[in-house]
Amino acid sequence: MNYSFIEFIMGPMVWVSFAVFFIGLTGKTLYIILQIKKKESFIFSFLTLKHSTRSIIAWLIPFFPKSTRTNPVFYMVSYLFHIGLFLVPLFLMSHIVLGNESFQISWVSLNDTVADWLTVLVIMALGYFAYRRASVPQVRYLTTFKDYLLLLMVALPFITGFLANHQVLAYKLMIIAHVISGELMLIMIPFTKFSHIITGPLSRAYTGSEFGNVRHAKDW
Amino acid sequence: MKENAVLQNELNSDSAIEDGLAKLNPERITKVIQEVLYKETGPRFKAYVETCMHCGLCADACSYFISNDSNPKFSPAGKVKRTVWEMIKKKGNVSTKFLREAVHISFLECNVCKRCSMYCPFGIDIAYMMLLVRRICHKLEITPLYIQDTVNSHAATSNQMWVKEDEWIDTLQWQEEDAREEFKNLRIPLDKTGADIMYSVIAPEPKFQAGLIYQTAVIMHAAGMNWTMPSNPGWDNSNMAMYTGDNEISGRIAKSFYETAQKLKVNKIVMGECGHAFRSVYDMGNRWAGWAMPPFEVVHALEFYHELLTSKRITIKEKYRKKVTLHDPCNVSRGRGLHDLARIVVDMTCSNFIEMTPNREHNYCCGAGGGVINCGPPYKQERMDNNRNKADQLRATGADVLIAPCHNCHSGLEDIVEHYKLNMEVKFLGDIIYETMEKKIIHPEDKQ
Repeated sequence: MNYSFIEFIMGPMVWVSFAVFFIGLTGKTLYIILQIKKKESFIFSFLTLKHSTRSIIAWLIPFFPKSTRTNPVFYMVSYLFHIGLFLVPLFLMSHIVLGNESFQISWVSLNDTVADWLTVLVIMALGYFAYRRASVPQVRYLTTFKDYLLLLMVALPFITGFLANHQVLAYKLMIIAHVISGELMLIMIPFTKFSHIITGPLSRAYTGSEFGNVRHAKDW
Repeated sequence: MKENAVLQNELNSDSAIEDGLAKLNPERITKVIQEVLYKETGPRFKAYVETCMHCGLCADACSYFISNDSNPKFSPAGKVKRTVWEMIKKKGNVSTKFLREAVHISFLECNVCKRCSMYCPFGIDIAYMMLLVRRICHKLEITPLYIQDTVNSHAATSNQMWVKEDEWIDTLQWQEEDAREEFKNLRIPLDKTGADIMYSVIAPEPKFQAGLIYQTAVIMHAAGMNWTMPSNPGWDNSNMAMYTGDNEISGRIAKSFYETAQKLKVNKIVMGECGHAFRSVYDMGNRWAGWAMPPFEVVHALEFYHELLTSKRITIKEKYRKKVTLHDPCNVSRGRGLHDLARIVVDMTCSNFIEMTPNREHNYCCGAGGGVINCGPPYKQERMDNNRNKADQLRATGADVLIAPCHNCHSGLEDIVEHYKLNMEVKFLGDIIYETMEKKIIHPEDKQ
């Protein structure tokens, strides 16, 4: 492998990925807010902080909304998956070391064994999601090829990271694949369904406000 | 219309849909769909489409999905897939065959009850998207016949049932006259400026359920309320245009309704036991007429009964003894959170109450509302098939009487009770109050 290529993906490309991720998501949020102002300003007449937060929090509490109790397996896997998805990349020792080397900053880290198990959990969760897509009729009916692609995109950095960490096969290749797939995912977040990281809470906030503020009813 | 056009299609259809489809051309279809999906909507619609993760969790929420043996086509997102996704994918360039199905899905396979919004982790408003599809159908003039007729009536007469002005006034006076044989000095005050309450009903009441107006008059009389009913157009609070995507007429109906109340200088509007009418004047019609919230205090019958009973303006002589259950209509439960007040009223008037499960905000839809029953006889059989889960839910209660405080629910549930041989009596809450109350005679002047 060409050394300058490795330098590129470990250097400038990291900057580019994070820039696209942050600017992309901020831009998307701003664009949505501006568009609401321009075309659907009535939304602001109904949106309240109280009811938005109430709804978002209600849906973050495991097994509080009725829907989460009727599908306990899916929601349990989904909760754990999202926890792992955030914790592992942000608090992995090897990632903190990179931050320390470049910027002399460091933060609290996950125990390596815990991180390892969380990684396995994320991968298994993705496997479950794929299985569910293929086997549950009402999910299969809605599923497109893109949906599987999204699962794969999330799985790659975790699988390659896990393999690289344990140095089971082709370490160098794995770490390169890990960096590239991680960067690819960061870049894709603002432009794919991954952007539900932003639109999900926004949509929840509006529905929560309509239900709570206008209709005086619960939405969970 | 071609005689066997309907028969040749697997889907139930009617002459208005078929005539409309025959007049369409590809340019017009594309233009209208693009207009509605891209010009009339905004970031909200876009976010809903982009946010949907295709997880299928909304399926469990939908009566149609449950009643049709979990057929994925009937899940809420499945219906979006069969309509909106396809329209977006083809940029509006869809066939008339596709549109025939779109009319059917949006008008007859969805009650816009919003139960699915409570099962979607992101709270995506799928009912809103079904209403968008109806809007497209409206603009393409392929709305089902019977419901379009009610909108035509709204447009021409300001009421839903072609009730003529003299017939309306005459019906009120007829009810007043009948009631006065039992209750001395009872009045149904017409156009009493400055009254405390304007009482309003939906057009089917004077058309074929005039007894309900009689009952209300007796309740108002016993409670000694200072009330009035309007004589001029604007008395009808129903709004079928809200459900056909005819937003312009929908706004006009709501506006003339508020203007009627304004002319009478009343303090508040009390309305009969109707759900969709409440949705119109409390939640949707007002928005099309330019008000974020209604310009008048709008009180649904459930809330009004609660007020009358808890303030002891009316008292219960003897509680109702039969085993009753209560159906929470979407538009006053999910639509206004009145389910707990309703239970207080039921507790105060009935001695043997059993809950149906699920209940309150989570209650299953009646299967008739959202304009579905208004699409008329051509679709009754399939409506019954689609209501199977509601019948199962009702049967499990073992109740003798089913209280349904909403006109659409009431009519739909009566059909279900008959079709599935449930041996239940369907009643309005007002029926129960009328039967159990102390019908004391009070002169309005005494109370003021």
